[in-house]
Amino acid sequence: MAINYIYPVYEVVRNASRCVNCKICEKQCANGVHKFDAKNGIMIADESKCVNCHRCVATCPTRALKIVKSDNTYRENANWSAESMKEIYKQAESGGVLLSSMGNPQPLPVYWDKIVINAAQVTNPSVDPLREPMETTVFLGSKPDEIVRDKDGKIVDNMTSQLKLSTPIMFSAMSYGSISYNAHASLAKAAEKLGIFYNTGEGGLHEDFYRYGKNTIVQVASGRFGVYKDYLEAGACIEIKVGQGAKPGIGGHLPGTKIVGDISKTRMIPVGSDAISPAPHHDIYSIEDLRQLVYSLKEATGYKKPIAVKVGAVHNVSAVASGIARSGADIIVIDGFRGGTGATPTRIRDNVGIPIELALASVDKRLRDEGIRGNVSLVVGGSIRNSADVIKAIALGADACYIATAALMAMGCHLCRSCHLGKCNWGIATQVPELVQRLDPEEGCDRLVNLVNAWTHEIKEMMGGMGINSIEALKGNRLMLRGVGLNEKELEILGIKHAGE
Amino acid sequence: MLKIDCKDKHFSEIGKTIRESKDKEIVIDNCLGHRYIASGVGGKDIVINGTPGNALGSYLDGCKIVVNGSAQDAVGDTMNDGIIIIHGNSGDATGYAMRGGKIFIKGDAGYRAGIHMKAYKDKFPVLVIGGKAGSFLGEYQAGGIILVLGVNTDSKTNVGYFTGNGMHGGKIILRSDELPDLPPQIISRKANAEDLQEIEKYVQEYCSYFGGEPKDIMEKSFYVLTADSANPYKQLYTSL
Repeated sequence: MAINYIYPVYEVVRNASRCVNCKICEKQCANGVHKFDAKNGIMIADESKCVNCHRCVATCPTRALKIVKSDNTYRENANWSAESMKEIYKQAESGGVLLSSMGNPQPLPVYWDKIVINAAQVTNPSVDPLREPMETTVFLGSKPDEIVRDKDGKIVDNMTSQLKLSTPIMFSAMSYGSISYNAHASLAKAAEKLGIFYNTGEGGLHEDFYRYGKNTIVQVASGRFGVYKDYLEAGACIEIKVGQGAKPGIGGHLPGTKIVGDISKTRMIPVGSDAISPAPHHDIYSIEDLRQLVYSLKEATGYKKPIAVKVGAVHNVSAVASGIARSGADIIVIDGFRGGTGATPTRIRDNVGIPIELALASVDKRLRDEGIRGNVSLVVGGSIRNSADVIKAIALGADACYIATAALMAMGCHLCRSCHLGKCNWGIATQVPELVQRLDPEEGCDRLVNLVNAWTHEIKEMMGGMGINSIEALKGNRLMLRGVGLNEKELEILGIKHAGE
Repeated sequence: MLKIDCKDKHFSEIGKTIRESKDKEIVIDNCLGHRYIASGVGGKDIVINGTPGNALGSYLDGCKIVVNGSAQDAVGDTMNDGIIIIHGNSGDATGYAMRGGKIFIKGDAGYRAGIHMKAYKDKFPVLVIGGKAGSFLGEYQAGGIILVLGVNTDSKTNVGYFTGNGMHGGKIILRSDELPDLPPQIISRKANAEDLQEIEKYVQEYCSYFGGEPKDIMEKSFYVLTADSANPYKQLYTSL
């Protein structure tokens, strides 16, 4: 029916004077946009299939291609955007729940961009990281309350297991299944090279990657896919996933069509069967129950690994975090509403959860007020886009940051937000062998290492600028931040002053 | 053989003793709500006298555990292999996400027994409940078999509400004269000869642990419940 016709959002613009009919675009596009019209001897395009991933643009040897947003418009108004109209047509046609990928794209405030960083001038000297030592090493885990001495006065080692990070950045959970083997290989290699950690997500751990165990965080989520003794033993840390920023409060359905080959093997479920993660862990209905899962994991692994608990940033996140800090967990991970995902109901992605900046500030304050901040380390994610976001997060009280969308981009992602279609032309969010092989794990690793090294250097520069030579001295140092254009309530929650104060 | 007396001991001490013990056979006495016993343990033969606490045999990787008493919640949570035999009742979420091994309960099980059980290749979880089961039996079940025998109960269906909600694989077998209310995606049928052969195997094993005559149990009728699709939510979404 014509009413369901949705005009393509993008136009493929081909400069005929540059196109040499090499057909590279045709080969590169898994969506089938480009085709050679033999009759007329020209390349043609079906832009209705285009997701604007820029693979063809990037691989066109003569720069003959560009993708532009179509100027075809509905009679839009401020209330009914073209997007809202399109969604109505889609749902009226299918009766389905709208499905999207990656983080919340709505124009809600990005608080990072309204926070500015301090620098030393005259009254205290700044530090030059090119000449002077700068400490970016971070230890994640519960810190003992007191120093205990034996009867001879010697200090008793009562330190619990810790994760040592060379820099306060880790790769956030992305399952093998949501992303490709080569993407996982890139992340694992890079984590090892950088002395940081990557996270398996809820998809189990491929047997080839057990050797990166000391740089791996293994995840236990409600579906318990691929969770067994060797898996728990394999990682340096176990993360219990309660929620994620892109879809707090709901579970996940990896469709049976994606449970193929090694994915089935790694998740330990039969080929073709849906991988359904229930919304809650059905053994966790309370903080006491969470404590039970934390301790069953500690018992199963002999107290050798810190246990992290990941929650989505929601309204009562500080109360939840207070509970987690008392549950025996060593690390709290909070994922903000801009966090990415391989697939999530659009309505949830766009409307559920709160900004990570506010959640972080509120959790850190709550834990300090209650005298339990030392029980746990605090890791935040949910669209940490650059080193300045990391600095701001740490000054607001985080111990480290998780990055995932940025890491994907380092590997080639162009943020077309079509992961749920499974045809990622960059070989990341796909299981199609021909597409997966486009991502070279060595190159992926190098680019991830470059990104994190560059950020680390920038972090050192900014720390040095503030006259700080150790990341520990920046942690929770909110005096290093000022708000710009924020109202009093926002400043109060963030615990920072306005610029000029 | 190692003997552990739980009296005045914290669970972490018991756990450490079990983990570090070279003995294959372990007897745990005076158990009174001690949690996480044998969490992630493999290759041991454990007898527990008393009432173990939550998460008994979680991530179990190939032990035999006999409980002379009842067990609490989350017995065999994410269990991979082994056998747990409970001479009593068992609490909520028994066999949560178990992938392999067997759990035999002489009496009743609480809510959500066998939730998210799944099978994989040679891994095939078996949960046998001698008495009756609570609501949400086999919720999200993806594989394996749950058998509710309803021995010594006066319940008509031997289960609570919402049996097999979200089930998308495996089998639930109920020994009863009538069926409970079932969600639309569940297909039910009377057990056929082949089913009965499979059932008898587990009934014999049940009787070998807890006594009773297999033929007495086999006399009553059995219903077999399966899911109509391994992909229950295929039609749920539309891509933007």
